[in-house]
Amino acid sequence: MLDLNLQELEGPDVRGHFGPYGGVYVGETLIAAVEELNSVYQTLSESDTFWSEFHHELNHYVGRPSPLYFADRLTQHCGGAKIYLKREDLNHTGAHKVNNTIGQALLAKHMGKTRIIAETGAGQHGVASATVAARLGLECHVYMGAEDIVRQAPNVYRMKLLGANVVSVESGSKTLKDALNEALRDWAKNVDDTYYIIGTVAGPHPYPQLVRDFQSVIGREAKEQSQKILGGLPDALVACVGGGSNAIGLFHPFLKDTTVSMYGVEAGGYGIDTGKHAAPLSAGTPGVLHGNRTYVMTDSNGQISPTHSVSAGLDYPGVGPEHSWLKDLKRVNYVSANDGEAMEAFHLLTKLEGIIPALESSHAVAYAMKLAKEIGDSRTILVNLSGRGDKDIETVARIEGIQI
Amino acid sequence: MSRLKQITNSANQKGRKLLIPYLVAGDPNKETTIDLMHALVSNGADIIELGIPFSDPSSDGEVIQSSIERSLRKGTSLNDTLDIVANFRARNEVTPIVLMGYLNPVEIMGIDNFVRRAQKDGVDGVLMVDMPPAEAGVLNAKLKEANVDSIFLVAPTTTQERVKSILNMTSGYVYYVSLKGVTGASITDVDEVERNVSALRTSTDLPIVVGFGIKDGKSAKEMARVSDGVIVGSALVNKIASLTSHEKLSAEDIKNSTNIIKEIREELDLDNEVVDEECL
Repeated sequence: MLDLNLQELEGPDVRGHFGPYGGVYVGETLIAAVEELNSVYQTLSESDTFWSEFHHELNHYVGRPSPLYFADRLTQHCGGAKIYLKREDLNHTGAHKVNNTIGQALLAKHMGKTRIIAETGAGQHGVASATVAARLGLECHVYMGAEDIVRQAPNVYRMKLLGANVVSVESGSKTLKDALNEALRDWAKNVDDTYYIIGTVAGPHPYPQLVRDFQSVIGREAKEQSQKILGGLPDALVACVGGGSNAIGLFHPFLKDTTVSMYGVEAGGYGIDTGKHAAPLSAGTPGVLHGNRTYVMTDSNGQISPTHSVSAGLDYPGVGPEHSWLKDLKRVNYVSANDGEAMEAFHLLTKLEGIIPALESSHAVAYAMKLAKEIGDSRTILVNLSGRGDKDIETVARIEGIQI
Repeated sequence: MSRLKQITNSANQKGRKLLIPYLVAGDPNKETTIDLMHALVSNGADIIELGIPFSDPSSDGEVIQSSIERSLRKGTSLNDTLDIVANFRARNEVTPIVLMGYLNPVEIMGIDNFVRRAQKDGVDGVLMVDMPPAEAGVLNAKLKEANVDSIFLVAPTTTQERVKSILNMTSGYVYYVSLKGVTGASITDVDEVERNVSALRTSTDLPIVVGFGIKDGKSAKEMARVSDGVIVGSALVNKIASLTSHEKLSAEDIKNSTNIIKEIREELDLDNEVVDEECL
């Protein structure tokens, strides 16, 4: 049992702090927009009508609730704890990302904004943003690192089909962090009519809070389903962490259930000790990036370090501030799985269960397989299968030298 | 009296408009930055804003981003930036230097270390672009103790209530951002700038200077007419960018790249002379 002051888990405070993390660290031009969003969100989040509108969308458009699935053959293969998968891969657009974009699109609508911008790494958040923009008839611009555009070509085309303008970001490392910088620049220019849909639990307050609230549907459903299917709570939760929105979505409703242990799996890349990874919680230090104070990957001069992961969606040097706080409180264990382990899990889940997982989610599966052996067969593990892997098959083929 | 106060007071007495060039430390290299700074002073700069290179400059436009990237490729750090200030101070005791940048390098150096070095090396003011007053408490207090000014931005989107909280923390001068956007864009609404600067004027005795989007003598003059001075960043950095293709820099190169500040100075002083004559 954990020794915890449960009150410390109730963040953020009114200024958006989770302990020493979070807050609002953006240029003055954006402050008014962030404050407006905060005031609208704090009002709407008290309104039952708003939440019933949100849940109506999730049920009828996204296809929720997503099933909790017993991965029988994977469990047998690992020879330990029972592994259950929360099937976010079955959502419309193929990942958990859409839970958040549905919620933020409702906010944009309430605020009368006519133009949507978003950043994307793997392209899943870009697709989910383009999707809701198409449905609401809003103009949509998605910023994407030039490198990611190459890595995730099918999603780029998907966004274009949905009517979005995909903007290639050529600055810095040409990946997700640079796409975020460019989106912030766009927002500063077009602050009057533009709503910025941030794709993860990072950014300035209130984003880490509101994205978490929208994604928490994952954990609430999982809790209910566990009661029905397992007859109680699972022993462990496992989710991958890039920015950390699928993980916080699963974890948050369980935070005060101290019998449930939690594992956030970061991208170990070529291995934590090589320095070529994307694991700020495992090997970073507290700093300030993209609007909040949080663990970041930085060199000794305070420059943000280049990251590496086989999965574009985890290839980010920062992490949501609530995760930083949960790490310091020791409520969540932050661990990592490297590229090779994730690839192996990708193949195993595909062959054993007929489910092709996203490379991001494969990191969670990889760690869950290890954990299952460790904790033994009387236990249950609930893994957030945050997305499907169709978008990744080209990447996998390329790495394995196969032409498709 | 602080260097900033001396310069701004004396400018105010003479009716001289403040001219504040911005350049990125370490582009094209550290030594040249120091030469450029001295040249800027000879060309009529009153204060120099020195940019601390940072890998993720999310408030900067393309010109300054590229300059920062060039500087980072040379490995310029916050330490180096402070060294540049110390070296500049060896030959210039009067021109105030304001460091402008993003918070992460300062956080990683440690706020205490940073403030100690800033004071020792002769830094006069600090402007952290991504640190609004609500998050500035600790750094602000330590800078104050060290007699280093804290400068904050006021934007066209800043509300009246926020202006108050910003001014409570500001010393040195107030940096009014002329437009919605990033550095290097074009100013479209001069009247709006005039209205907002006049409104600001009723709440502070500090000099109000206008930055973002000042490209040449004409736009500088327009902005200086409604304020106490101008900041010229991207337009100067653009000139400095042309130096990077040179193998070895001549005195001529330094002169050419900083000439824009001389031109702007002359434009600003044209008005000044008229005022002086009227006074006589």
